[in-house]
Amino acid sequence: MYDTIIIGAGMSGLAAGIRLAYYDQRVCILERHTTIGGLNSFYRLRGRDYDVGLHALTNITPKGTKKGPLARLLRQLRISWDELQISPQLGSDIVFPGVRLRFDNDIELLRSEIAQEFPAESDNFDRLLAAIVEYDDLNESHQAISAREKVAEFIRDPLLVEMLFCPLMFYGSAREHDMDWGQFSIMFRSIFLEGLGRPQAGVRLILKQLVRKFRGLGGELKLRAGVKELMVENGQVCGVILENGERLEGRRVLSSAGWHETMRLCDDGQPVTARGSGRLTFCETIAALDVEPRDLGHVSTITFFNDSDTFHWTVPNEPCDVRSGVICSPNNFAYEETTADGHAVPGTMRITALANFDYWQGLDERSYRLEKLRWYDRITDSAVRFVPDYRSRVLDTDMFTPTTIVRFTGHDSGAIYGAPEKQLDGRTHLQNLFVCGTDQGFVGIVGSILSGISMANQHCLKD
Amino acid sequence: MTNAEIREEVLEILESIAPDEDLSQLDDAVNFRQQLELDSMDFLDIVMELRKRHRVQIPEDDYVNLASMDSTVTYLTPLMKDIERV
Repeated sequence: MYDTIIIGAGMSGLAAGIRLAYYDQRVCILERHTTIGGLNSFYRLRGRDYDVGLHALTNITPKGTKKGPLARLLRQLRISWDELQISPQLGSDIVFPGVRLRFDNDIELLRSEIAQEFPAESDNFDRLLAAIVEYDDLNESHQAISAREKVAEFIRDPLLVEMLFCPLMFYGSAREHDMDWGQFSIMFRSIFLEGLGRPQAGVRLILKQLVRKFRGLGGELKLRAGVKELMVENGQVCGVILENGERLEGRRVLSSAGWHETMRLCDDGQPVTARGSGRLTFCETIAALDVEPRDLGHVSTITFFNDSDTFHWTVPNEPCDVRSGVICSPNNFAYEETTADGHAVPGTMRITALANFDYWQGLDERSYRLEKLRWYDRITDSAVRFVPDYRSRVLDTDMFTPTTIVRFTGHDSGAIYGAPEKQLDGRTHLQNLFVCGTDQGFVGIVGSILSGISMANQHCLKD
Repeated sequence: MTNAEIREEVLEILESIAPDEDLSQLDDAVNFRQQLELDSMDFLDIVMELRKRHRVQIPEDDYVNLASMDSTVTYLTPLMKDIERV
């Protein structure tokens, strides 16, 4: 009999597991896939290592910082800043027609760019900053104020509004068109006020640290152990049944599989709440180059682009929306020394674009393969309007679509940021079944780790 | 444990929760939150560490007693006086 059974060995599940194992619970994490990581995983293809999901970690603050989400999660997990081996970004940019705003881990750069490109908005931007800094994310009273409306109270120039929303939506908003002011403030802080960083070894380093810690504390991790059903009796979950028929008993279950995905496991006749599903999903092209992007003149860590004055954050009518995108170059971080690892990729360019799940889902196998090729080209064509054309330097490519995400993570429609309405308290209709991860609260690596920690703290520790 | 020993225990717990904090200047009469960067998650850890190390159970309604070192030691004394300090 486990004290807690955790579904999913992604960031939130592993973080929750560490908290519970540290306080001497008997914990088992069940992962359906052959490996850990979920939406932030890693793989090896034709001799090269790649990250899934990770462009950069947000919320990066320098070592010794006591406040903020990163400091909080390091304390809660009893992990040192050094263990995550994070290097800061070199600098990123937001590019719209005729305007480019650079930003890095010091807000002063963005302020000076705005003073240059939007001089009339300089003071307005400072007022916006003050309002954002004031927002208290641990004591949040759920107000559902429109971020677009709120930001428009400060910033008059609609182009600047669009440019500020673009990176925050991509990194990320589960809701189309707008976000609530609380979410906007949190994302703004994560990306512009705190910053972006990455371990040179990628997300696998973080995941391996988390697993090592979890197991070291006595936690059990079972891979290839998908949950088929939750055993429910008298309004309580008493355990799980795995796909292979094995039964595991637990006093409570914490699921990171997603809200609807978890509800389907209950099958106890309870009608599922009419909660909207997440619909925002992506395609991503990955190109391994024979040269460092900076040697082609590309030093930007992340480039967020949009080819008109209006940014569209919605499910596209086309298979992919090439009007906008995120160009990530994982080499463009301030790494301490280059790895002398024969597996290191000299240069990688990753381009992400919004995609239409239904379209990709509806293709037969042959059409799917052809469409991947076609859209690889179209996405790359779109991106090289904003970065040096790297196409002649490509050694190998890979691409994922919304169906790839579903296949490896089980998250409905490949919605990496989950449902637009989050289940903030993590509760379900069953008194000992809880949810964590993207459908509970914050997104991204730091967000989901904190989600796992806080749901474990709130629901699984206080006996 | 004596009051002094309980105080030592609480200091050790605070050190494990917030290793970057300088506890040498701690004013026992002043609230922890006014002197240290501790949030509500850290406070939960004080409770959890007491449970883990000494099997002391603190109901949620009593968390308010852990505001400062003085109030914490006062609260814990009846609960921990019979425990050996290792």
